[in-house]
Amino acid sequence: MTLPQASSEAARIDTLFYFMLALSTVVCVGVLIAIVWLGIKYRRGSPADRGGREQRDLGLEAAWTLIPLLLFIAIFVWSVKLWAELRTPPAQAQTIYVVARQWMWKVQHVNGQREINTLHVPLGRPIQLVMTSQDVIHSFYVPAFRVKQDVLPDRYTSLWFSPTRAGEYELFCAEYCGTEHSHMHGRVVVQTPAAYADWLQSHARQGMAAQGAALYRAMGCSGCHEDGASVRAPDLRGIAGRSVALADGSIQVADDGYLRDAILLPRKHIVAGYQPIMPSYQGRLDPEDVLALIAYLKQSGDAAADPEPRNP
Amino acid sequence: MSQTPPSYLQEGQRLRDWLVTRDHKRIAILYAVAITGFFILGGIAAMLIRLELITPRGDLMSAQLYNKTFTFHGVVMVWFFLIPSIPNTLGNFLLPLMIGARDVAFPRLNLASWYIYMGGGVFTLVCLVAGGVDTGWTFYTPFSTMFSNTHVILVASGVFVVGFSSILTGINFIATIHTMRVRGMTWFRLPLFVWSMYGVSLVMVLATPVLAMTLALIMLERLAGVGIFDPALGGDPLLFQHLFWFYSHPAVYIMILPSMGVVSELITASARRRIFGYRFMVYSILGIAVLGFFVWGHHMFVSGQSMYASMLFSILSFIIAVPSAVKVFNWVATLHKGQIVFDAAMIYALGFVGLFMLGGLTGLFLAATALDVSLTDTYFVVAHFHYIMVGGAVMAYLGGIHFWWPKVTGRMYPEIWARIAAAMMFFGFNLTFFPQFLLGADGMPRRYHEYPDRFQLLNVLSSAGASILAVAYALPLCYLLWSLRHGAPAPDNPWEARGLEWQTRSPPPKHNFVEPPQVDRDSPYAYEDA
Repeated sequence: MTLPQASSEAARIDTLFYFMLALSTVVCVGVLIAIVWLGIKYRRGSPADRGGREQRDLGLEAAWTLIPLLLFIAIFVWSVKLWAELRTPPAQAQTIYVVARQWMWKVQHVNGQREINTLHVPLGRPIQLVMTSQDVIHSFYVPAFRVKQDVLPDRYTSLWFSPTRAGEYELFCAEYCGTEHSHMHGRVVVQTPAAYADWLQSHARQGMAAQGAALYRAMGCSGCHEDGASVRAPDLRGIAGRSVALADGSIQVADDGYLRDAILLPRKHIVAGYQPIMPSYQGRLDPEDVLALIAYLKQSGDAAADPEPRNP
Repeated sequence: MSQTPPSYLQEGQRLRDWLVTRDHKRIAILYAVAITGFFILGGIAAMLIRLELITPRGDLMSAQLYNKTFTFHGVVMVWFFLIPSIPNTLGNFLLPLMIGARDVAFPRLNLASWYIYMGGGVFTLVCLVAGGVDTGWTFYTPFSTMFSNTHVILVASGVFVVGFSSILTGINFIATIHTMRVRGMTWFRLPLFVWSMYGVSLVMVLATPVLAMTLALIMLERLAGVGIFDPALGGDPLLFQHLFWFYSHPAVYIMILPSMGVVSELITASARRRIFGYRFMVYSILGIAVLGFFVWGHHMFVSGQSMYASMLFSILSFIIAVPSAVKVFNWVATLHKGQIVFDAAMIYALGFVGLFMLGGLTGLFLAATALDVSLTDTYFVVAHFHYIMVGGAVMAYLGGIHFWWPKVTGRMYPEIWARIAAAMMFFGFNLTFFPQFLLGADGMPRRYHEYPDRFQLLNVLSSAGASILAVAYALPLCYLLWSLRHGAPAPDNPWEARGLEWQTRSPPPKHNFVEPPQVDRDSPYAYEDA
């Protein structure tokens, strides 16, 4: 492979890759040698001894059933441990939001910057991407980081990586998404923390939570969800991350996906003790707006009077 | 010798006699002619794709035309060539002969399945050529249901119809194997080719209805706006992938199990050797057929499916590799103490073993979730499944065509040309597809009309290989057709093989056997007694 190893997991994934490559090479060469050797020795009419021609050997067959099986299980264990790490972002990961559409990547940083087909990240810091699509399924693929995750229109999916080398890396769409699929590419720019801070400064904008706060009023959310409203609706302060009891008796954690559904598909989860009167905002909010609202809800939780220190 | 009835080819000679025939052998020929046509069309599409990819810029076709071309290639090759290839040609011809029967259990149903296949096939072909579809053969939602402006409904309905031909063939084979074996042909005396037909029939009958249902749901959503897969209508796009792969993963085994059967016959005959570990071979055919239904989620490790579901599908995918590994080792062990001759059939069979092994080993990379994350949806996957389906299934199909050609046509083919073609095919195939492993490991995504410059060298190599492969595929077409008129007349058993099909004449009479065939106590591979 000529790919750079530009993330914290890349080298360990490559180790597994090269192990499998070595194993496959040994098996291939072994079988090839066996075929050639047997083919020459037992070519038709050769003088080789063909006595004792039993065509069953339970021991041999058990061996070449069990040895591959055990080997495969070992590889599975190795791979699945790596996989679990790849799927579990570190607690201190910095979140960046990605919205995909035919045929571009739109990136939204927490402090308000937006980019198209480019993603700026700081070196050495775990980054978690929370992604959704505006239309069809896409897939966010950065070969140098060895990460890929499909991006779906009906939910948030996420991936994380921790860049270990400054530079620019290719970003591809890996899931076929229509006519211009092969043009849906961009770049990930990994900068030193100092350069990244400069970049943040030079592109400063209103933060996502502030954008969300403005939307919260403009779209009329506050009319029902704030104290003193005439309509009875759940209090949203500190909602993000809390467990919510639902009318059907189940309990849901109010993660990003839950909040998104609550805004766009309010009938999906009815909070226990409330009437299903919330209108859907499907079609009235862009995916970026929904993300800004969620950022606002998260911040309002942090800002809410909270005497206990929070444990992440 | 009693009176000799005319061969099945000498019975009625008019076109009508062929079009209303109920003879399984003639129906096999009808299928062979049709799938050869589809193979040529799918191959032309492949050549256009490889031509386009010689340069990084999309300078031969528009993006839209390119997308329609790879969809055409996939749809035609999977549903109209690979799935029917061995079962409906070699299987149709050989299954009754190998078990000593006069015909299949339901001859009319057999003919009906050909007409359904042709009806669906020609209809789909017209839609693909006249309008085209740009969804890929996988029809992923919501792109296929709500965003593509091409003729998805028409093509989906064509594939829907062709599915019934698979189901009918499967039912027919199962009934034939259960009820029509000649006296003495017990289950564990069945040739492995018959076992593979049995396994594949089970998969066809159980999996194809799921495809039909899935395609019907797509049509329902596109036509009537019923929300099944489209999230805007309250549907779930991942549901489609689960349903689709629940069919399409077993479909991979529909393509490869028959090849395993063919290769077992070819290697034993060319090595004059009983198959090593007959029962293990039978159990691994059945094991693969059953386990094949439980691994579909390995297509979806990065789709957004639960992390724990992916772990389960990963371990199951490793487990299904075990019976495949056993088969490879047993084929090699069969050579031990044999009388091996490297005729064309054997070159094809050993080529199959090598390419299938490479395809299988790279499948392990993809079964390992952590590696699949970066490799999936790249050219690594394209190379992997072409090693299985083209390197594996097509090599075995052509090997089988050569091996049984004397029986089917009554003529010998030119052996030298056949060896040249087989060797060329092996070389051309590797040159075409091995570079694609490297492209994938380097991060080139699949289904790309244009690509970054750094991928060009390997793409040029791949396209060069494809041109060699095209010549290698054209050769058998030429010399086999030539042999129909000019080939030496074939003896009844030119390879001194042991299957019942070699006990009758070449080509066989209409009802296969003049006298009931004798099943050897050491059937089916009694080579040592020769």
